[in-house]
This record gives sequence, structure tokens and C-alpha cells, in this order.
Amino acid sequence: MPTLEVNNKGAQYDCRPNSRRELFICFTWIALQGFGGAAPVAQRELVEKKRWLSPQGFLEDWTVAQIMPGPNVVNLSLILGDRHFGISGAIAALAGMTILPLLLILVVAVAYNEYAHYDLVERTLKGMGAVAAGLIIGTGFKLLSSLKSNPIGFPASFILIVVTFVAIALFRWPLLWVLLATGIPSFIWASTRLARRERVERT
Amino acid sequence: MSWSLNLSDWWTLAWHFLSLSLLTVGSGALTIAPQIHNFLVDEQQWLSNAQFTTSITIAQAAPGPNMLYIALVGWNVGMATDSWPVASVAMATALIAVVLPSAIVTLAGTRWAHRNRNLRAVRSFKFGMAPITTALLIATGWLLMAPYNQLGRDWRLWLVAAVTAALVWRTRIHLLWLLAAGALLGVLGLI
Repeated sequence: MPTLEVNNKGAQYDCRPNSRRELFICFTWIALQGFGGAAPVAQRELVEKKRWLSPQGFLEDWTVAQIMPGPNVVNLSLILGDRHFGISGAIAALAGMTILPLLLILVVAVAYNEYAHYDLVERTLKGMGAVAAGLIIGTGFKLLSSLKSNPIGFPASFILIVVTFVAIALFRWPLLWVLLATGIPSFIWASTRLARRERVERT
Repeated sequence: MSWSLNLSDWWTLAWHFLSLSLLTVGSGALTIAPQIHNFLVDEQQWLSNAQFTTSITIAQAAPGPNMLYIALVGWNVGMATDSWPVASVAMATALIAVVLPSAIVTLAGTRWAHRNRNLRAVRSFKFGMAPITTALLIATGWLLMAPYNQLGRDWRLWLVAAVTAALVWRTRIHLLWLLAAGALLGVLGLI
């Protein structure tokens, strides 16, 4: 079983789940709060409340979860479950993400067929949609602060963020191409910066 | 449209979702929605267009991961037989088939990366991708708002999104309060 990777030397964020049940409950709770995007809730629960992850650790795991195939928050549950309890932990966390929300969604599906034609339902969803968008944007801003300790440095981070945002949000370019176009230069740059830092540390 | 699923139909259903699983890279399960639509609605005609669209709408409106629309789609395919047990099995088949391959790849990939976390390549990848991931989040939120592109009419929605973003960023207010406030503003017709 892999040992817990403590990302933050302050040891403030080195808590860990005590049981598979705790994983199950935590991810059920994350899923049930996750309207239109689970990143905000996952950040709140895993970093600020449970302290299973530091802000940097969250960003790292979220990055991996996003790059791997499969929905990002589902991947995050798999990664965390597997890290602490192996395959059975991954299954417990995934079950938390899906079982209760699935039952709920069936109820909503039945109710929706009854009430979809009401204007009230549409207006409610519109209001919640705007909030959901704001939640995701706000979480993005929150994660900006954990980029401070990133060895690629502020100017490179800034350029990458602007270019990625413009390409995806304004030009609507396909994700895969944007990831390749920004990811490869960024990887090379990070690699040279790390190599330089290692050389400095050796001398 | 009443029919029963035979064994090859079950396999066709499972195979379709198994083969799409690894394509759900990046923004999640909605990237494969067009392919699922082609297959289930146009080719097999197991599902009406309205059933498909409604499945996505509901999954986005309800809490839980968006990929649950695939479970709803499976449920609707099964419900064509007018049998709840068949619908449940079809739902489970679709969901498990779409999750399993990507879950295996994700676990294998992250375990490898964890074992080799001191390699410069792995660290460079994580550090290099971090700002891009952050930008993708902000872009996702932006895209959710993109349909509201007439500022004269929609400025109140944008204001709500902006205030929400600021509150999430700067305070620890419970997210469910914000969602409830958005729902209330919608009900009252203020946005």
C-alpha cells in the first residue's frame, strides 16, 4: 500500500481517512453537494475540512484526475481511495460518488417528467446554473494562490493561464489540441527549471 | 415501442460504453455525449431524442457527477421493456461499462506516477500542468455562462455568477447556501 504523501511541510494537512466507510461517506457528501461541477465542493471538503490534502496536493491530484480518462471528480475519488486503502478504498470512494446520487437522480427524473413544463422549474434551474458557474470560477481563483510555490515561476504561470483560458473559453478550440499546445512547452519549461534548481542545490 | 433485449443487445450496449470509456478525457463524460447520441438514438433507435436530451439536463441539474446521465440513458433503454428490473440492470451495465476501463487506466497511471514521483519528468508534468488545470476550471465556469450573451438582458445572471465567485474565493460560506440563494432568486424572478 502506498504511504501517504505529505505535500505540505507544515504538517497541517496530514490527516487521513480512518476507514473505507469514512471515504464512502465523505465522497457521498461531496457528490450530493456537487451541482454542475464538483471541484468547489471537493476542494472545500478534502482540503479545508478533512485536511486530507494540502492546497498544492489538491491541485496536483486534481491535475492528474483531469488528465486521466474518466470524469475528473470520479478519478479524484479513485486516486484518494486507492492511496489510503488500495483497490477496496478506491471502490468505496467510487461507490460513495455514485450510489446515493444515482438513487436521487432517478427520483429527479420521475419528478422532472411530471413538472418540466412549469416555468418555475426552469427559472430555478437558471438561478442555480449561474451560481454553479460562479462556484467553479471562484474555486479556480482560489487555486491560483497555490501556484506561488510552483517552480515554473509567476510569468510563465500567468502566460499559460491566459493562453489556456482564451483558447478554451473564447476561441472554443478542442481541449486535446489546447492541452498539447500549452502542456508540452510548459512541461519542457518546468523540466529545465527543476534541472537548474537541482544543479544549484548540488553546488 | 415495446421490445425485449436479447443477449446480443446486452453485449452491444455494454461494448458501446466500454469502447467510449477511454475517450472521456478532460472535461468529463459529456465529451462522449455526441457519440452516444448517434449510436442509441440514430443507429439503434433505442431512445428518443427527447429522452436523451432530458437525461443530460437532469444529470446536470441534480447533484452528483455529470456522468450519471449515462446511467439515466441506460435506465431509459431498459424501461422500453416496461420492466423496472430490466431497467436497473441496463442502468448498471451502462454505468459500469463506461467507468471500468477508464478507472483501471487511472489507477494504473497514478500508481506508476506515485512510485516514480521523484523522477524529474513526473514532477515537471505536475508543476507544468498546474496552471493549465487552474485555467481550465475558470474556463469551464465561463462556458457555463456563455449562452447568456446578451448583456442588456442577462447582466443580472452575470452579476450573480461574479458575486458567487468572489464569495467562494474569499470566504468560507457554505456552498449550499449560495445554491439555495440562486434558486430563490430564480423563483422570485429576479434574474
